[in-house]
Amino acid sequence: MGRLSDLFNRKQRNVLNVYCTAGFPDLGSTIPVMQAIQESGADIIELGMPYSDPLADGPVIQASSSVALQNGMTLEVLFDQLRVMRANIHVPVILMGYMNPVMQFGFERFCRKASEVGVDGVILPDLPEFEFENEYGPIIKKHGLDAIFLVTPETSEDRVRKLDALSSGFLYAVSSSSITGSDKNMDEVGSYLKRLHGYGLKNPILVGFGIRDKTTFDQACTNAHGAIIGTAFIQAISGPANDLSAIPAFIKNIIGT
Amino acid sequence: MINTYQHPDERGYYGVFGGAFIPEMLHRNVEELQERYLQIMGEASFQKELQELLSDYVGRPTPLYLAVRLSRKYGTNIYLKREDLCHTGAHKINNTIGQILLAERLGKKRIIAETGAGQHGVATATVCALKGVECVVFMGEKDIQRQAPNVARMKMLGAKVVPATSGSKTLKDATNEAIRDWINHPGDTHYIIGSVVGPHPYPDMVARFQSVISAEIRKQLKEKTGSELPTHVLACVGGGSNAAGAFFHFLDEPTVEIIAIEAAGHGVDSGMSAATTQLGLPGILHGSKSLLMQTPDGQVVEPHSISAGLDYPGIGPMHAHLYASGRGTFLSATDEEALDAAFELARLEGIIPALETAHALAILKKRKFKEQDRLVFSLSGRGDKDMSTYMTAGAERMDKNDHHSY
Ligand SMILES: Cc1ncc(COP(=O)(O)O)c(C=O)c1O
Repeated sequence: MGRLSDLFNRKQRNVLNVYCTAGFPDLGSTIPVMQAIQESGADIIELGMPYSDPLADGPVIQASSSVALQNGMTLEVLFDQLRVMRANIHVPVILMGYMNPVMQFGFERFCRKASEVGVDGVILPDLPEFEFENEYGPIIKKHGLDAIFLVTPETSEDRVRKLDALSSGFLYAVSSSSITGSDKNMDEVGSYLKRLHGYGLKNPILVGFGIRDKTTFDQACTNAHGAIIGTAFIQAISGPANDLSAIPAFIKNIIGT
Repeated sequence: MINTYQHPDERGYYGVFGGAFIPEMLHRNVEELQERYLQIMGEASFQKELQELLSDYVGRPTPLYLAVRLSRKYGTNIYLKREDLCHTGAHKINNTIGQILLAERLGKKRIIAETGAGQHGVATATVCALKGVECVVFMGEKDIQRQAPNVARMKMLGAKVVPATSGSKTLKDATNEAIRDWINHPGDTHYIIGSVVGPHPYPDMVARFQSVISAEIRKQLKEKTGSELPTHVLACVGGGSNAAGAFFHFLDEPTVEIIAIEAAGHGVDSGMSAATTQLGLPGILHGSKSLLMQTPDGQVVEPHSISAGLDYPGIGPMHAHLYASGRGTFLSATDEEALDAAFELARLEGIIPALETAHALAILKKRKFKEQDRLVFSLSGRGDKDMSTYMTAGAERMDKNDHHSY
């Protein structure tokens, strides 16, 4: 497969994945925000497809989704914006979102479009593994996309192994059972990540939920291949001026360059 | 039985609807329920405690009442299954009593719930008080305003009422907040969902707890008429729990027509409606695949109904299957038609129904029944909580002394 496996072949430590919501803060912000994330040194971009009822998200990402929807973001608009993405964006790009809008768009059509514009993988947190194996997974694979599953500290070893087997690209380790944007006890997270590491999984592990600054990023990276920052990034670009100039400083501070 | 409308398959599917579309953060909680609900509900000690509480605390069996004047007016035979006489004033407690006993056996220390009209919130707060368990109820900010008496009841019963301020600030958003809370509290918390919605096993579990309604109807009808079977069973549908309970033991009786009534709001095509089967498409909300009111882009549409308990953009997967398979007849009633029906029942029978229930009764004006038909309505709740709406939206009707026109 493509960009994600290339990335992890090249880099096994301190991989930074930054989450942003498509169409936030302005409808036209999608590509400029992605560009700024890439230019500032992040390794992966996770692009959130806004949804009216994002069950797994806290208030900050919920609010960014509502703003994006009010701005007029839809999957049609998004794929139109992403048509030119690969002219300038070279890092792996993953689409993250809930099943309902994807189903309405047409699941196969969604995968085809994603693949056409150069998206590398998808995270669909409310797609269960049974339906994945029997219906949706083969379509994702057919279009050459990586499917990334989430695991949590509550996920049993057997299940972690199963979700690892179904995933490609990387495995998304949710730092503790919570919605996005919650604070974490990083010591507990450390022992959970060591446990995951001990399983000898086939996929690299990125840690998400509760990573907000250099300290928490470094802590997460001691026991994983890298980490994902979402809520804190959305907050950083939620200033009154919708100012994207905050992006370089925010990201450089985290990766320490 | 191999082919039944009563239960989903082992993955929670009624036909193509149902399942458990949940993020991994909920997996353990939901899996624990899937693995244990049938076993726990089957235990003799569970059944004994449940039956005792249903009879001594809830007040079951509820009466099946032949509404004489209403029957005469519509030239047919109308029986009302008086769920409004349950403790706390609606069918909702049939489910909360069952789930609190289940939660106890799962060792849960904290209960959360969502509520629309506040009836489910009150029924949950009540059983938590009964068992001395911490209770947090999520309720849309808009519903907190229109159902003030129920908010006060929940608080008096010791529950914490948390306003849901996201989205449309109604039942859908309260449900989102409850699910988010459950994600944040794995282990110690049980979520008592208030209708036949949510991820498997909730629709089946809630339907089983509510099925006592139709089990009693069969017995009572046999005593009164010599036959266990009505010709029609009718109920309003928000998520569909009172309907699931009233339909349950008739679903596999092909001679019984199943009629579900949804809230049309200002009218099905007005853009201010909650008639899910008329306006919805297959979609996923709150962990199950069902019919869902949504934009072409798959964003959930904010519904409208005068009744907070029907103001929901989805419908339980059992009902989506009843609709899609043709087993059920789905009709709707507007805000105004429901108000008319509520005043009609008050003045003909001396029963003030909940606004939700009034939607079901409104169908009498819209569909003709035969003289020999035996209709059973689920009288899902009483109207105390709706008095302020009846006094404002129904003000004109209030002041008319028009007994004779009914
Ligand atoms: C009296 C009454 N009937 C009906 C409903 C609708 O719920 P369901 O469709 O689950 O019975 C409610 C919900 O609050 C209610 O309070």
